[in-house]
Amino acid sequence: MTETMESVESFRLRARAWLADNMPRFDEEAENAEVAEDDTGDWLRARELQKLLYAGGFAGICFPKEYDGLGLTPAHQRAFNEESAGYEMPLALNLPSFAICAATILDCGTEEQKRDRIGAAVRGEEILCQFLSEPSGGSDLAGLITRADRDGDNFVINGSKTWSTSAYAADWALCLARTNWDVPKHRGLTMFLMPTKAPGVTMNRVRMVNGSLEFCDEFFDNVVLPASAVVGEVDGGWAVASRQLFHERNSMGGGSPFVSGQRQRGGMSHVTPADIAEASGRAADPRVRAMVGHSIAMGRVAQQTARRVTRGIASGALPPTAASLLRLLHAEYAQLNDDLSVRIAGSRIGFGSEGGQGATGRASIGYLMRQGGSLGGGSTEMARNVISERVLGMPREAALDRDVPFNQVKRGR
Amino acid sequence: MELELSSDQKLFQTSARRLLEKEYPLDRIRGMKDGEPRWSRDWWQQGAELGWAASIVPEELGGGSVSGEGVRDLGVLAEELGSGVAPGPLLPVNVVLTALVETHGAGPDHTAEIEALVAGESVASWAVYEPDGEWSPLAPALTATPDGDGYVLDGVKDRVQEAEQADLLLVTAQTPDGVAQFLVPTATEGVTVTPQWNVDLSRSFGEVSFSGVRVGADALVGAPGADEVIERQLQIAVLIQCAEVCAVLDRVFAMAVEWAFDRYSFGRPLASYQELKHRFADMRTWLEACHATTQAAAEAIQDRSPEAAELASVAKSFVGDKSLLIVQDCVQIHGGIGVTWEHDLHLFLRRATIDQALYGTPEDHRLRLADLAAATPKG
Repeated sequence: MTETMESVESFRLRARAWLADNMPRFDEEAENAEVAEDDTGDWLRARELQKLLYAGGFAGICFPKEYDGLGLTPAHQRAFNEESAGYEMPLALNLPSFAICAATILDCGTEEQKRDRIGAAVRGEEILCQFLSEPSGGSDLAGLITRADRDGDNFVINGSKTWSTSAYAADWALCLARTNWDVPKHRGLTMFLMPTKAPGVTMNRVRMVNGSLEFCDEFFDNVVLPASAVVGEVDGGWAVASRQLFHERNSMGGGSPFVSGQRQRGGMSHVTPADIAEASGRAADPRVRAMVGHSIAMGRVAQQTARRVTRGIASGALPPTAASLLRLLHAEYAQLNDDLSVRIAGSRIGFGSEGGQGATGRASIGYLMRQGGSLGGGSTEMARNVISERVLGMPREAALDRDVPFNQVKRGR
Repeated sequence: MELELSSDQKLFQTSARRLLEKEYPLDRIRGMKDGEPRWSRDWWQQGAELGWAASIVPEELGGGSVSGEGVRDLGVLAEELGSGVAPGPLLPVNVVLTALVETHGAGPDHTAEIEALVAGESVASWAVYEPDGEWSPLAPALTATPDGDGYVLDGVKDRVQEAEQADLLLVTAQTPDGVAQFLVPTATEGVTVTPQWNVDLSRSFGEVSFSGVRVGADALVGAPGADEVIERQLQIAVLIQCAEVCAVLDRVFAMAVEWAFDRYSFGRPLASYQELKHRFADMRTWLEACHATTQAAAEAIQDRSPEAAELASVAKSFVGDKSLLIVQDCVQIHGGIGVTWEHDLHLFLRRATIDQALYGTPEDHRLRLADLAAATPKG
């Protein structure tokens, strides 16, 4: 490690020049177009853009060099994110592929898994996803019932998963399954790397109220995986899942160093309160301006807090569970934006504008998904439990399944 | 507010805490009587010797900061003093110094006044609010009419902090050439200070009337129309408020957490009830966010970033709103004892209430944010 690291400023200037010469400019109209049912083309495009970044030496900025990354710091990534504003970036690969899955493999994977999966993701050849939640349980992730049974050197997987974000576009999944039913729930789980197209995997897409088809559910019918597919230890899958949950909270709150590029406009939807004020012809109304200002302030505070908490966790000033602070604040920001949008649109909420759906229509659809930001990636109720119990040290909620062998725990039907 | 402090900053903090606790512990503040001076000039001078009025003043004018980043040091100090709801003219003196330092060399010379303020020998306050007005520093009704070599000031200011103990007032006034600021001794003929009731036990405010007050042209601070100086004063005022409120929230929240662990009902600590745990989680999140946005504002103001105005308003609107939510919910969690005179909570609630009100309410700052965004091209 005698090599000195490139300074952030030098990296920034190099990135600025390279982006100008190589990356396509961001097309706002295309971004605002209604989401197509079949977005296969978008995913191919994301892979192409990632390959372009890799060829130019700007892919995997915070991943180690051994796995085709650049081995640089979050400050370099932030500089790159700032410079990349206005360019088309493979943002779809950030979550969950890079910031959750590749980050977890980096924490827990074997050398081979790190080299093969992280390398392929950084090079734009593969996409990763998560098979975690199950139809039988939401917040109680460790109570899952997908089974992995040993068969000689292999494991045979049976069961089902849901809420797998963009799994249809992915090549590999981190899949959590139960390998031991005679021990308490957290101690009988194992994490596997599963090819999403493995024989025995059936995948469907779930339609959301805003028309989104980003989530999938999967059914496993005797899917066979080799022992080398195990990530971490057999029966030690909860430790791996905990890293995923940490990375998920961290990235949802804007604290991940593995997220590259930034959304062109803040917030969950592409329509901002200022857009809605404009479309409703109410931009001059002081009541409306105060609400627009409220949204701007909350967006800034969410960013500022993400930066502070990330630094605090890195320096040890805050415990890693403090990532839940970001998760909770981000949900508050998303809900506030949706609520302000409704109030700003006034009597026009629920109706289209500009001769079509328009900004007010998009705000209306956004409102139908208001709770999405408080549910995805672990509900805000769970985040509040984590903050009160793990950050503030308050007594844990009573659980009737604690220390009880899983096969004796009561389950719903 | 700051995540990491240098050892010099820590020393700056500790010396401030010692001086505050020696003279004005919370029990003394609780016992303050109406009309009693909130602080002694001697005490303030000891504070000035520790650098309380020096950090944003350049060394050649008698100032100096412990870290070389004077605005951030001032934030650190405001936080330390805020955690004890300190009395004293920290905010008014530093805001007036901001104006004097910003205009130094660009108008009449005020070097002597700066040096006296830094040394704690003199005390000054910003006379900006007016009895009928909300926050609108660039639209004063008080007039300064040119008269011979000087000006005549007529009008009324109110909510002037520590006006009774101030030697000098920085008066924001309308002139034919735009808004101007004048440094006026309170002893000048025609200046009358009347105490004004306020809810904060460790602060005092006054109404100040100016009736045909003659000042020389050398009373001008900078030149008329220097709106950016007033903007800088606002930023410094907001930073001091937000930093001290962060400390207030730290104290109040810590009290509520301790109470939740110690207090048992139905055989279990309050801290074990999920309904309360979830409220604590929300408050803990907002607390971190208050520190984050205050720190970001301090950095931007320190660096004179083009975003400083926006980030000051982001901080003030967020901290102003959340501070009251947090303090009042901590009162609720304490139960009846939280609204008794004996408990310390109300001392902090008083400070938070006044701090969110002055130098722009949260709503004023939200309007400003919308205006700043409308004035900036998208992208």
